[in-house]
Amino acid sequence: MKTAVIVFPGSNCDRDIAVALEAVTGTAPAMVWHGESALPGGLGLIALPGGFSYGDYLRCGAIAARSPVVRAVIEAAGRGVPVIGICNGFQVLTETGLLPGALMRNAGLDFVCRDVGLKVETSQSIFTSAYRAGEEISVPVAHHDGNYFADADTLDRLEGDGRVAFRYTSDVNGSARGIAGILNASGNVLGMMPHPERCVEAAHGNTDGRRLFEGLLEAVG
Amino acid sequence: MKLRVIVTLKNGVLDPQGKAIQHALAGLGFDGVEDVRAGKIFELEVAEGTSDAAIEEMCRKLLANTVIENYRIERA
Repeated sequence: MKTAVIVFPGSNCDRDIAVALEAVTGTAPAMVWHGESALPGGLGLIALPGGFSYGDYLRCGAIAARSPVVRAVIEAAGRGVPVIGICNGFQVLTETGLLPGALMRNAGLDFVCRDVGLKVETSQSIFTSAYRAGEEISVPVAHHDGNYFADADTLDRLEGDGRVAFRYTSDVNGSARGIAGILNASGNVLGMMPHPERCVEAAHGNTDGRRLFEGLLEAVG
Repeated sequence: MKLRVIVTLKNGVLDPQGKAIQHALAGLGFDGVEDVRAGKIFELEVAEGTSDAAIEEMCRKLLANTVIENYRIERA
């Protein structure tokens, strides 16, 4: 599977996701700079990494969402190419409108950096097929603005359509209905605040994130 | 032409920063501050004749996230 990692000024998890993708797929991803206007062809996954793109100026992810390469990402997502946004990448995806809602300042105002419990809400997606629905896993978070907000109708729709991928097992940041990760309507775009790429090797202390990438590889080929 | 765009959080959207500011004001001894909502002001210098539609579009496409924020345009 060919993959690409988008690199913005201020991204700081781009190498972590690159290492994780190479470990699972056997091929190093293409690293694509934010100013590019086109993506490599034949991609099985586009990853928007964590970090502080454009210094979090204006709103987290707001400037990155309007960068040239993200226009190509939006177009690719529309064609069904799988896209994952982790942490700042999730913020970018909500700012583009590919995913609904917004990520606000954590309710407790603190930067939260620790392992958190997640409940896998659905195994019916290319990103979660290697997990069991209802399974609890442990994945690290590291964010200041992960408090998921959407209006009640949107939340009902996400839940009703099985588009909540992950939920926190206890309150982490004030997110509406404990939401930690969501899918788009077609299921090819996932945004999540926790960092699965930080728990793929035994040396990380836990490998609960690895199956996300393995399941994707299995699903996409 | 000078413009001012005021961006505020929509009613019903929790504002943890506003709450922190409210508590800090109470800590300074200012009693009776019942609520604080934090927002942003943008001062823009745009070409004469920039259309209202273009200004609205700037607000909708970038300056405000209309999922959580309202905006108001003031012409100087």
